[in-house]
Amino acid sequence: MKITVNGTPTDIAATDLAAALEELGYGEARVATAVNETFVPAAARGHQALAAGDRLEILAPKQGG
Amino acid sequence: MPVFYGTEIASPLMLGTAQYPSPAVLAEAFRRSGAGVVTVSLRREAAGGGGEGFWELIRALGRPVLPNTAGCHSVREAVTTAHMAREVFGTDWIKLEVIGHSDTLQPDPFGLVEAARILSDDGFRVFPYTTEDGILGGRLLEAGCEVLMPWGAPIGTGLGLNNVYGLRTLRAQFPDVPMVIDAGLGRPSQAAQAMEMGFDAVLLNTAVAKAGDPAAMAEGFARALEAGRLARAADPMEPRDMAAPSTPVLGLAVLE
Repeated sequence: MKITVNGTPTDIAATDLAAALEELGYGEARVATAVNETFVPAAARGHQALAAGDRLEILAPKQGG
Repeated sequence: MPVFYGTEIASPLMLGTAQYPSPAVLAEAFRRSGAGVVTVSLRREAAGGGGEGFWELIRALGRPVLPNTAGCHSVREAVTTAHMAREVFGTDWIKLEVIGHSDTLQPDPFGLVEAARILSDDGFRVFPYTTEDGILGGRLLEAGCEVLMPWGAPIGTGLGLNNVYGLRTLRAQFPDVPMVIDAGLGRPSQAAQAMEMGFDAVLLNTAVAKAGDPAAMAEGFARALEAGRLARAADPMEPRDMAAPSTPVLGLAVLE
């Protein structure tokens, strides 16, 4: 199915967030996630179902002021 | 040294991590300045991206980390970003920015108070990027903030303390609240001025990172802050309009 990952349309086979992160290559990366503009804690990713059209944001530590 | 939410920091210099020529220069700027707090952000990460390397660099600095919500223009964006930052950085400190205008990067006071209340109620220790407006400052304190971070001037301008009267009034209005001049400083003399006025710390990024020699400039700021802090504690003289001789008049020779 097609979802949007960090603004880019992306095809994934996974149907939950934890599996999607694995499939997309994030593995054990230190990231935080939001689905459809709502924060999803790491512990809840396995229970977070994904559907076509969902918007997934994957953020990591970056430089800031 | 400043105490924020019960934590004493080692220096009144809070230093950002963006725009440095290299990670090595960033680390050297922190080493030479002894900055007390490290500010960071969250941004989109590509799979296999460099976020982990940056995280290791920050951890190695060994200072408290203050994540921001930079670039957020709505309450919802800021609140969601704060939650994501809390998980990734493992801290409930958040530098709350709710931007009201893209050109001035002026805080949206209405959204800022709303977001501050939501986050404070949720256990965050909120450091609000605000203006010198005392009414707004009061509302932020009512919302649960125990620190205020008024701007000196718009972010990235280097203009210094644009409204000295307003900042002095804010400082006087809430004498016991820790206050940080956040944004707009360009030179160490401006940081010294802030400390002389009774502010507890400054938060910088561009002034250091975009200097020709960032590490030297960071040290310059640290020394200026120390000078300003000492001067404040030493109870400076009041200015006066008319000259007053410093050398005694008594005993002056008559040579005419």
